[in-house]
This record gives sequence, structure tokens and C-alpha cells, in this order.
Amino acid sequence: MALRVSPGTGWGLLHPRVGAQPHTGVRTVPLLSVGMTVIEVNGLTKRYGDRTVVDGVSFTVAEGEIFGILGENGAGKTTTVECISGLRTPDSGTISVLGMDAHTDREQLRRLIGVQLQESQLQDRLRVGEAMQLYASFYPDPADWRELVAAVGLNEQVRMPYAKLSGGQKQRLSIALALIGNPRVAILDELTTGLDPRARRETWKLIRQIRDRGVTVLLVTHFMDEAERLCDRLAVLDGGRIVALDTPAALIAGVGDVDGYRANLEDAFLALTGSDRDN
Amino acid sequence: MSALTRLAGSEARLFLREPVGAFFALAFPAVLVIVLGNAIPAFSEPSPDFGGERPINLYLPVVLALAIGTVTMTSLLGVLAQYRERGVLKRLATTPVKPSALIGAQLAVNAGALLTGAALMLVMAAIAFGSSGPENWPALLVAFLLGGAAMTGVALFIAAVAPNARASAGIGTLVYFPMLFFAGVWTPGDMMPDGAQRVADFTPLGAASQAMQAAWSGDWPQPLHLAVTAAYTLVTCTLAIRLFRWQ
Repeated sequence: MALRVSPGTGWGLLHPRVGAQPHTGVRTVPLLSVGMTVIEVNGLTKRYGDRTVVDGVSFTVAEGEIFGILGENGAGKTTTVECISGLRTPDSGTISVLGMDAHTDREQLRRLIGVQLQESQLQDRLRVGEAMQLYASFYPDPADWRELVAAVGLNEQVRMPYAKLSGGQKQRLSIALALIGNPRVAILDELTTGLDPRARRETWKLIRQIRDRGVTVLLVTHFMDEAERLCDRLAVLDGGRIVALDTPAALIAGVGDVDGYRANLEDAFLALTGSDRDN
Repeated sequence: MSALTRLAGSEARLFLREPVGAFFALAFPAVLVIVLGNAIPAFSEPSPDFGGERPINLYLPVVLALAIGTVTMTSLLGVLAQYRERGVLKRLATTPVKPSALIGAQLAVNAGALLTGAALMLVMAAIAFGSSGPENWPALLVAFLLGGAAMTGVALFIAAVAPNARASAGIGTLVYFPMLFFAGVWTPGDMMPDGAQRVADFTPLGAASQAMQAAWSGDWPQPLHLAVTAAYTLVTCTLAIRLFRWQ
């Protein structure tokens, strides 16, 4: 609990070391071995009709970890995190978040989890500041909305209606809303889709800052560079199953050289997935 | 301030920022009565055919029905369908506040707008044409509230079953104009053909309109009309609660 962001703590002045630190492909994972388990997914299966979209997925996420779910479109990423968020009911398997059941204790968990959904919009005429204040009022112990708005770089847009924001600004507002309740776990789906390169790097920086505050981050992505640079560990999802789960560096090391070049995460990803396709 | 009052306040602000919607809900009934009363001189002349009353004043309960139809089939329905399609409801489902609270806030805002628009219309009719209002106030209120509830139920039901916002708006329009016809917007009172009248008895807005017209001239509405609006309310709301998809 000591790690949580309390109201009035300087979001705007966060951790110079995070921004200054150049990221190499190989990273240490400081919290992995010591952190308690925050998310535990066991045999999660979800069907829509007779189509099994998530098939026996199991993994755990430790406190303070940035855990990525990587996969192609339709691999079951969104369904997995929607089950973890309590938005969907699994057909079988168990999901425990912060020691509580993701489905039966979802009322309680909503106060402790911040979720950013893919393709979820706000009312056109709702202004940035109004949205932040409104969502802050939903939580028992919200963060300072002004500091959060500054942290995602939307200070200039506080009075701007949602419809007038650019794609990147909408995305950053969505991240800020996911963090307004001072969550212990942030679940972010397709975090940087639609952002330009600069905004993507700004967003990564923000995610690291959140993690350094003790928030556990579960993120869904189909971008290799994002997975490699940002995530401590990755679950690679293919056809609803986890085909690999390791640090990005270990996943890459597992492939060795490809055509005489050192493999990157994309090579590793391609080697791991698509086994049921004819190529 | 609680999350719920904030939500209702926020929705009210958004409602007022949508100029077209706000105009049709708040001002349109009053504007329509003023324009009709002035455009057709016979409407605002006291007439022995109507017991010395100005014909425009007898049209007022029909305008109340029109106001109910407009708010429920355009404003309320449009917002509900859009909130689901755009993921606003789903977004809210990830917070401690339930998405049903947003629908509750929308119902409150639209009910407030409808009451304000209706009151404004009655006041303007009193000022411009000396309307003395309904002769049976309690009956008018009962008929108005039942009619409003029935049409709100229809809006919730359409929002529940329509696959997307476009379909929802389309169905809304397909329901809206026949409803206005059966409410007597083009053929008030006895001017409606008998066959149409029989059908109108069993439509939510037609029944509400006739109940309000009866209350206006001092009678109690026919039990049939009250029963029809109550039945629509019950059936549509029950179905909407069962069928509504939050995402």
C-alpha cells in the first residue's frame, strides 16, 4: 500500500532517471523475483458460440511488473484482459486479482483496477477536465486529476471537448482515466495504437513512471518494439493459447540467428506463432 | 457530491451543449404553438364551435403528446444507442459506477427537459392566447406521466434490440411519425378517421394523447387509454431490462 500514488504527489515531477535511461534490448527485471503475485490466471477458457477464443490460458503477474500479452489480431488478447477486468465471464478457469476473484469480487476490484479499453470513446462534448473530475468522483481515493492531466501532457486541452482531441490525445486521456482511481493494477489494451512515434515513446515513459510508483501493468499489444522495450515479461498468444512466456531477451535468445542475422523479437514471434498456418 | 449527482449534472450539461436536441426538447413545443396560432388566424380567434374557446388551445394536449414523442424517440433514443456503440457504457463498466447509472442520468435529464418544454409551452399559450390550461389537472398529469413512461419504455426497448446506432435511429424515425399521426398531430380530436382512431386507441402515444385531450376538457380519461399506456410501460421496460446489451 505504501507504493500507491496518493493525492497530491507530484505526477509532473516524476523520476528523472526513467526518462534519462537509454533502453537496451536486454533488461533486468528487478521486481520479478521479489514481488507478490497480483494476477493469477489459471486455465482460462472463453468461447463465443462454438468458437474457442481463449483456450486454457495460465500465467501470473508479479507486483510492479509490466507484463505484456503479445499476439496477432484475433489471438484472444482482448478477451483475456476483458475476463481479467471482470467485463466477461470465463467459461472455465479461475482468475485471481489482488487475491480476489475477478468475476465474483468484481464490484470490489473495480476500485483497485484501472482499465483502458480498446475503441472505447467518451461523449463528444465532454471536456478533458470534466471527464477527469467526473471519473475521479467514482473512486474512494482518486489521484489529483490536474497532476495526471499534466503527466499525460494534456494541460493545454483541459477545456477541449473530446471530439476535438487528436487520436493521440484521446489515447492519452484514456490512459489518464484508467489511472484516475489510483489503481494498484492498470490494464491497458492496445495502448499506443494510432499514436505517432514521438507520442508512443512518451506513452512508454509514462507507463514506466506508473510502474515505478508500484502499479502493476498488464498490457496488450501487437507491436514488437513496444513489447520488447516496455515489458518485463511477455506471454505470446496464438490461436487462444500461450505459446511462449518469458522475458523479451530470453524469447529472442531462444531463436538464435535467422538468415545469418541476430534475431529480434519479431523473428522470435514469427517462429513461435502461426504453427497452424501453411507457411 | 456523489458520483450519481455528478453524472446527472454532467449529462445535463452535455444535453444543453447539443443545440439542436436542446431546442427540440425545450423550445419546440412553445415555438410550434406560437407559430401555428399566429400563422392561421382562425386558430387564435375564439370560436362558438368550440364553446367560445380558441381552437389553438384545444390543440395543446396534442402538442404535449408531440413533445413526449420527440424527446423519447429522438433525444433519448439517440443518446442510448450512441453510448453503447461508442463504448461509453463499457468504459463505465470498468469503474465502480455501473453503466445503468448513466442510463438513469439520461432518463432524469430527458424527463427534466420534457417537463420544462411542456411547462414553457403551457405558459406561452397562456400569455399569447389566453389559454386557461387543462380543466382537470390531476388527470392531465397522470395521462402525461403515463404517456411519457410508455414512450420511454418504447425507446429503451428499441435501444435494446437495435443492432447499432444507425438502426436504432432508423427504427426511431419509423416509430416517431406514425406515433405523431395516431396522437392526432395532423388530425386532432374528432378529425381523425374512425378506423385510424381504433388503431390509435392501442398505440402508446395515441392513447396518451386521447387521455390528455379528455383531461384537458375536464373529463377523466377512458380507462382503456390509461390501461394501454400502463401496459406499454410494463411490457417494454421489462423486455428492455432483459434484452439490453451493455456493449
